[in-house]
Amino acid sequence: MTDNLLPTGLPRIDLLEMRGVVKRFPGVLACDSVDFDIKAGEVHALLGENGAGKSTLMKILYGLYRMDAGEILLNGRPVQINTPTDALKYGIGMVHQHFMLVDTLTVAENVALGLKSSRGPLLDLDKVEARVAELSRVYGLQVDPKAPVWSLPVGVRQRVEIIKALYRGAALLILDEPTAVLTPQEVDELFITLRRMTADGHSLVFISHKLREVLALSDRISVLRAGGLVGTTRNENITRHELARMMVGREVLLDRNKAPVKVGETLLSLNDVEAYRVTGTRALYNLTQELRGGEILGIAGVSGNGQRTLAEVIAGLREVRDGNVSLLGTDITKWGIDKRIEAGLRYIPEERMHDGVIQDFSIAENIILQDHVRKPFSRGIFLDFKAIARQSQKLVDEFRVKTPSIDTPIKSLSGGNIQKVILAREISNAPKVLIAAQPTRGVDIGATEYIHERLIEQRNRGTAILLISEDLDEVLALSDRIAVLYEGQIMGVVDRQDTNAEALGLMMAGVRQENLVEMKAADR
Amino acid sequence: MFNELLQSSVLIGILYSGIRLAAPYLFAALGETVAQRAGVLDLGVDGIMLMGSFAAFYVVFETGNLWLGVAVAVAVGALMGLLMAVISVTYQAEQGISGIGLYLFGLGLSSLLFRVMIGSVKGVSGFPILRIPVLSDIPVIGEIFFNHNILVYLAYLMVPVIWLLFDKTTLGLKIRAVGHNPEAADSLGVSVNRVRYFAVIFGAAMAGLAGATLSIAQLNVWQENITNGLGFIAVALVYFGGWRPLGVLLGSLLFATVNALQLWVQVKGINIPSDLAVMLPYVLTIFVLIFASGRVRQPAALTKPFERSG
Repeated sequence: MTDNLLPTGLPRIDLLEMRGVVKRFPGVLACDSVDFDIKAGEVHALLGENGAGKSTLMKILYGLYRMDAGEILLNGRPVQINTPTDALKYGIGMVHQHFMLVDTLTVAENVALGLKSSRGPLLDLDKVEARVAELSRVYGLQVDPKAPVWSLPVGVRQRVEIIKALYRGAALLILDEPTAVLTPQEVDELFITLRRMTADGHSLVFISHKLREVLALSDRISVLRAGGLVGTTRNENITRHELARMMVGREVLLDRNKAPVKVGETLLSLNDVEAYRVTGTRALYNLTQELRGGEILGIAGVSGNGQRTLAEVIAGLREVRDGNVSLLGTDITKWGIDKRIEAGLRYIPEERMHDGVIQDFSIAENIILQDHVRKPFSRGIFLDFKAIARQSQKLVDEFRVKTPSIDTPIKSLSGGNIQKVILAREISNAPKVLIAAQPTRGVDIGATEYIHERLIEQRNRGTAILLISEDLDEVLALSDRIAVLYEGQIMGVVDRQDTNAEALGLMMAGVRQENLVEMKAADR
Repeated sequence: MFNELLQSSVLIGILYSGIRLAAPYLFAALGETVAQRAGVLDLGVDGIMLMGSFAAFYVVFETGNLWLGVAVAVAVGALMGLLMAVISVTYQAEQGISGIGLYLFGLGLSSLLFRVMIGSVKGVSGFPILRIPVLSDIPVIGEIFFNHNILVYLAYLMVPVIWLLFDKTTLGLKIRAVGHNPEAADSLGVSVNRVRYFAVIFGAAMAGLAGATLSIAQLNVWQENITNGLGFIAVALVYFGGWRPLGVLLGSLLFATVNALQLWVQVKGINIPSDLAVMLPYVLTIFVLIFASGRVRQPAALTKPFERSG
């Protein structure tokens, strides 16, 4: 291999610098004169909470946003990047957090999209397919160029995204939260690929809010907070705690100690439940599970393995085709939603903005959504606005929701504060069973810490909590027991203290608990 | 009645009419397919057809030049499409409503122009029958398929052309991507709005051509609201056809044949109220749409304006 050339035959980017980048959105300073640079063969992590400006900064580099001030230098020469086409021309590619793939098209078609064809106006898919196959061999990214994207698992779709960027000649690759949708093993695989790429001379920007992964992969780390650069440091010189402090701006509690609680009786049980998604595909297969008072049962699993249907089946939003659900020993399979709420079942939905609140309603109106027909919020057919205001104000104060008033439309709040309102609404009535689906997704560390604290508090007072989360760290931090969901079936249920991320990761990839033991035995 | 229907000459006549009557549906529905695959629902097809049919008729009425009439109809259609694209793509107006607005605009303007520029119902001599040598001599088949005016042949030729466009060209790939996941297309440097402008204008030009087919190749007259809702049927045919050219062809043929049957029933004076007979194709459309819904996969970004988001 020639020096300074990548395996794709293109030159590497020895140094890329962003200087004094400023970006304003209406009412927000998203980037406040940020400096950032990256060298060939290096992984430079951008760490920060949601809304810290990481993605904005990189979208500027990729030409999706224009900066209000600042400059970009490529190997010391200033360059203008106004569109993704410009960025690709300079060898800058991006893998977005939400994959930018057209799922009705094949892998090769997705790669060819927007590119010139060697046959003029006609597509040259044969050539594209051959080149994709070659790239996937050179970089160890297994993928079938003819497969339609909808048929591919998430991990493979990510490979397609990387190949797409390489095909376009990316020497520098921006990866926006690439591990969010992967199992721990898939993350390991991805990291191997990425290390191979840097060894070959690629430059990688790794955007993340996960401290562990940033420390595992990066050469250098830049921390952003509220649009400003807090600092850039070499990986060797810093610990996880120091990074967390830079990210949040104060001390944070990373590992949580839970006092043991005496587990109560079974409050919720699912027996042989079978259910389908809206699309008609089967989501849950003969699922049987019990949930007891005073415990947090974590449901681990990669997104799309039936978690959402599971939550909806319990909440009463989705029909149970076979089997039954019972609450406090009563069969509630045929019950409506309101009756379940009345009986003490509460639900924090994963799609906060869509299922959790009515965006244009005020905080107070959102707080009484389920309970507006009940005392004290209504008398006969009339709402009691004094009682509503009293309760709303009480919850806003108690849960430390940052808002100008209880009459503020909820959509103008930050994600963390909206989630606090939902949490307040769902736990203020002392629920017996609480379903918490992705309770901290997209929420900043501070609010996450607070939400976790309140969930544990509920557990301690005897609530049965079903915690559904795709964030394995969260499941490990909060749960007393952990069940792993894979393709609508439970692969195994383990006590928190008897397991680790590796074992859970294997189950998340479809290995049953009993086989896990055999695999361990075979290791010895 | 049924005995009579089963006579070969009657059957041939109905099938022949079906093939012929399908032409304007094909042009309009194939054009609409292109617009919808790019993510734009253009409900103004009927209004565009009215403008196209009037423009073609007026040019032929004044000059006698049939191809000039076709060209002007296509140009007028494209202009209407440009208007739709400005409203729905650039200004991101709700597509259903802007389409209905465009329809009413075309309906009103074509009627007004007719009154000012022509005044009373007149005829022109339209495109003549072009018998395809040899093929048209095949018994039955030749009679049904190879004995039409040139616009009919052109309409059927558009089916493989649109299929090739979608499946074999870079532009077609862009159209499909933009209609399904515009964010993905945008991130690869495809100009979503430019592709949508092209698709809407192309679709509208085809609707203009569909209008010309009515006024200078089939009816050879012009009257107010000559399309009689044909453009809306064309939109329904796109759904029926599952956004695929071949599906649209099947739908157009089915619909036109039922229409031909209905016309024959009326002409024969068979004892069915004529209003009922006229309703038949439309009732069929409703049933077909009920069947089609949920079965086919529509472009995911259909009716959704594109805006880059944070």
